[in-house]
Amino acid sequence: MQKTGRSFLNNVTGWILPVLILIAWEAASRIGLISPNVLAAPSAVAEAFWRLLLSGELLQNIWISTLRALSGFAIGGAIGLVLGLANGLSSLSRNLTDTTLQMVRNIPHLALIPLVILWFGIDEEAKLFLVALGVFFPVYVNTLLGIQSVDPQLVEMGRVYGMSRSALFFRVILPGALPSIFVGLRYALGIMWLTLIVAETIAASSGLGYMAMQAREFLLLDVVVLSILIYALLGKLADSLARLLERQFLQWHPAFQPA
Amino acid sequence: MTVISFTQPAERARYQEGAGAQAVPDSKPKVPRETAPAARAATEPAAKTALSLRGVSRRFGEKEVLKGIDLDIPEGQFVAIIGKSGCGKSTLLRLIAGLDDPSSGKLTLGTDGHAHRTRIMFQEPRLLPWARVADNVAVGLTGLSKGAEARETALSLLAEVGLKDRADEWPAVLSGGQRQRVALARALAAKPYLLALDEPLGALDALTRIEMQALLERIWRQEGFTAVLVTHDVAEALALADRVIVIDKGAVSLDLAIALPRPRRHGSADVAALEGRILAALFDEQDA
Repeated sequence: MQKTGRSFLNNVTGWILPVLILIAWEAASRIGLISPNVLAAPSAVAEAFWRLLLSGELLQNIWISTLRALSGFAIGGAIGLVLGLANGLSSLSRNLTDTTLQMVRNIPHLALIPLVILWFGIDEEAKLFLVALGVFFPVYVNTLLGIQSVDPQLVEMGRVYGMSRSALFFRVILPGALPSIFVGLRYALGIMWLTLIVAETIAASSGLGYMAMQAREFLLLDVVVLSILIYALLGKLADSLARLLERQFLQWHPAFQPA
Repeated sequence: MTVISFTQPAERARYQEGAGAQAVPDSKPKVPRETAPAARAATEPAAKTALSLRGVSRRFGEKEVLKGIDLDIPEGQFVAIIGKSGCGKSTLLRLIAGLDDPSSGKLTLGTDGHAHRTRIMFQEPRLLPWARVADNVAVGLTGLSKGAEARETALSLLAEVGLKDRADEWPAVLSGGQRQRVALARALAAKPYLLALDEPLGALDALTRIEMQALLERIWRQEGFTAVLVTHDVAEALALADRVIVIDKGAVSLDLAIALPRPRRHGSADVAALEGRILAALFDEQDA
């Protein structure tokens, strides 16, 4: 009982500051400290939210953006995971591909936008490609690192106890690499939203980023701020989801055990 | 580590046994049988040989870590291998446990298909942090049993080492001694024919170590497996072993049968005398 009370309190603590900022922001707008041409008041943003929600425009755009983000994430993450595992387990695979991947990694993926627009236009493929590319590297690098940092003593133990190759992988190597894989996953989620926002503001005809750009054209500052807030919320949601998974899969880890 | 200091140089000199490690006549009645390494310890004719080494050498590059070791270990014997750091004792144990192959010579394990039932207990517990205690013990049953049956066996093994009520905990919450007990349960799961112990108690505090020695002895007497223990603790070797082998510079420098009755008491006069003899063999080179 006391424990749940404390965790509730901890959850609430994190929200005190955002709420205070919101109140101060609203107050500053009301007394004219912040001009509506510079930043829309929270109440105006809430109004825009309600308006767009009723018209269905908002949900439509959120849905499109989320779909793009998740499919790009799935594609890039899956390739990153598979290559990370392959290169962690096989030195042949690593020797063959790692140098190339490390070279590509050092190119900021957003620098490819002009090229991507030439290749794919402003269709879905362009966004998918960029998100997948952005997500790929943190997942790849951290999966590889995770596999390489699995305690060799545990692997030796597994061998001594007669584990087959698949048992060794599923019972020793993969669980050992999992904390690092999760670090990559959470990092990738951040990059996923970042990439999507940039891609949608530059080359899109739908989605949250497009909505924000359109609003800018018509000087609808409330909608611009709304889009930014929604990005923040979606980002937080994705991170919370990753944390939830982490807590589920890394129960054994001292860092995730109730103190 | 238990450090025994010599206060009587004369006593120590008395035990200095040249290259032949010839037994020094001793007036005490309880003097154990002692043989030169070339002749190997005389084994009971009835006991089968669990492990036999013939001219076993191991080289790492230029360095010859083990130089033609000849050794016979009868079934059910508890052998302690003692030596200074870098003398090759851990290498020898890795060969015995099948983790490594000799560069030359022959190592015969058991008489028939017992090879897979060699188990090793490491200095570190090496438990899977992501598996519950019972599941860690069940790792020892890999290829033997699964599911509910494995869990049942694991639970009874945990009861054996006094940890039944911790079966569903994560290894991270156990103490060092408890983790090593889980590792022992895991090693025993397959009813090993030969159990190789690589300083398994080396990282534990002195009191826990004595408790663990008693546990190890009890289980060994109950199960009757052949045990090879590598240690740097002479007192531990004397508390547990039927036979102490001192390795120096990759060769057997002393092969001593310990005929003390069990359970042995720490700090008895017989133990002290044997301890002096073994330490003399260990520090022989430096004194000469």
